[in-house]
Amino acid sequence: MEIPARQSLPAMKQAPSHQGGQKGDPAFRLLVTATGVGVLVVLGAIIAVMVTGGWKAFATFGPGFLVSAVWNPVTQHFGAAAPVFGTVISSALALLVAVPLAFGTAFWLTALAPPAAAAVIGMAVQLLAAVPSIIFGMWGFFVVVPVVAHYVQPIARQLFGHVPGLSALVAGAPFGTGLFTAAFILAVMITPSITAVMRDVFLSMPAVLRESGYGLGATRWEVMRHVVLPWSRQGVVGGIVLGMGRAMGETMAVTFVIGDSNHIGWSLFAPANTIASLIALEFPESPAGSLKLASLMALGAILMAISFVTLWFSRWLLARGEQAAGR
Amino acid sequence: MKANNTLMRADRSASLLWRRHMCDKLATGLSWLGMLIVVFMLGSILWTLFKNGLAGMSVHLFTLSMAAPGQPGGLANAIMGSLIQTGLAILIGAPAGLMTGIYLAEYGAGSRMARIVRFVSDMLLSAPSILIGLFIYMMLVVPFGHFSGFSGAVALAILAMPIVVRTTEDMLRLVPVAMREAGIALGAPKWRVILFICVRAVRAGIMTGVLLSIARVAGETAPLLFTSLGNSEWSLDLGRPMASLPVAIYQYAGSAYQDWMQQAWTGALLVTLGVLIINIVVRVGTRGGRS
Repeated sequence: MEIPARQSLPAMKQAPSHQGGQKGDPAFRLLVTATGVGVLVVLGAIIAVMVTGGWKAFATFGPGFLVSAVWNPVTQHFGAAAPVFGTVISSALALLVAVPLAFGTAFWLTALAPPAAAAVIGMAVQLLAAVPSIIFGMWGFFVVVPVVAHYVQPIARQLFGHVPGLSALVAGAPFGTGLFTAAFILAVMITPSITAVMRDVFLSMPAVLRESGYGLGATRWEVMRHVVLPWSRQGVVGGIVLGMGRAMGETMAVTFVIGDSNHIGWSLFAPANTIASLIALEFPESPAGSLKLASLMALGAILMAISFVTLWFSRWLLARGEQAAGR
Repeated sequence: MKANNTLMRADRSASLLWRRHMCDKLATGLSWLGMLIVVFMLGSILWTLFKNGLAGMSVHLFTLSMAAPGQPGGLANAIMGSLIQTGLAILIGAPAGLMTGIYLAEYGAGSRMARIVRFVSDMLLSAPSILIGLFIYMMLVVPFGHFSGFSGAVALAILAMPIVVRTTEDMLRLVPVAMREAGIALGAPKWRVILFICVRAVRAGIMTGVLLSIARVAGETAPLLFTSLGNSEWSLDLGRPMASLPVAIYQYAGSAYQDWMQQAWTGALLVTLGVLIINIVVRVGTRGGRS
């Protein structure tokens, strides 16, 4: 073991080189900093590649690309409106299902469950989050689609088919594939991640606040509603937005059950497409350099813009929530 | 009059109490329902996988390559391809993630640059994986003119890295300052303190991150569709299209052939079991460590 030497001492110059202090430190610093900056380069490259790859489509169709609902490889006419519509609607519907489920589960995990049960169920929720998306797709196609085709849509049509205004929502042949099924699968996929964020922000609240609520005679629901929720609002919204970001970018699960149709309509049960599913389905028939591939890249750029803005917003909310918690 | 008032007030407070308890009961009931639905979904997925997948478990599945419908075939090449691509992805992604994590925790702490890097890494963590596939397609497939296993591994590496960044930084922040000071006081240069004291101290936690990243990329399909493409023959050549389990499942599940369907289910069972077992090991192993 050598005698400790500070870098400023001249003796350091003669220090054995295997410790590598003088050259090692700056070199290591440079290495890790370069890797860190490399992360930024990757993101920059992704943005650059998407935009340049899709440039031909933007240049050919102009701003009309965003609002045109035509997707016709025969006439070489492509527009983004239908898949963007499908992406937004399926994610919004998924949130309608996932948020109550996630909130209920998080409430159960943090306030109602005995500790041992909370550990087991918490683990189950984590496992559901880890299931690969293609498995959700297969499960959706072979289990959920028949249920939707034989029960959900026929029953919905019986209930709402004659109600003016609602009948359009349930119209169409009962294929089983479509927006509703995709939204349902997405909901099951994002519920665990929303639950995990909600549970974490609920648990990060100082226990004293919760206990003072109980001390005043409040019920568990009242503590949740009037103490925990107001305290953790930003984190909860951040978790929900994060889930939405996941839902919008999901590919494989949606590809199996969305029905592959570039059509904008009222019916919740009609086949549709999301940006990600359209890219996955059409890519094999899009040779490099073709206008179709450029249009898919342009769609990728749009998806990137939507999901990065969403993710940025959720991180910002979560960070603000954490800051408020740290105070 | 006064008695009447008191009676009314008692009556009202009793009904208020009753309403509050009903509200609580209702919320509790709905919360149980929500939890049960989530658990039911997981149960339904696992049940479906076992019911359909177990029948196809055989030696051939692991010894034969993919074949035309009706021919004896297995998933050996897809399993091998998945192992190679996932392994290479971790070999690229884990060191890069470790370095970035070290930068964030040890060098960049508090700086503007580090905040941006952390933010971007978090964005990549949740970025749609299909975009990563398109990106690598343009970067590594189009210029070389053909799909390749290597490009698939790079795409997976980009997905694996942010997870390692996250866990490495979180773990390094748990290392007490006193430990660093002890290292510095013994005359060790900073890089040795970081690598041989701090990283060593939390290597179990960092391993957790690496395992989770394996679990994440092993089941990824979307980024491989445009990069390694899939291959029905046995191939270990990273410069050529390479089969992978998720892509094989995707091809087979969409087919109309009974034996392909069977193999798709069995492959799906294999992937899911692998991913879930890694997750269970990690979470049981680190129970109580972190939320």
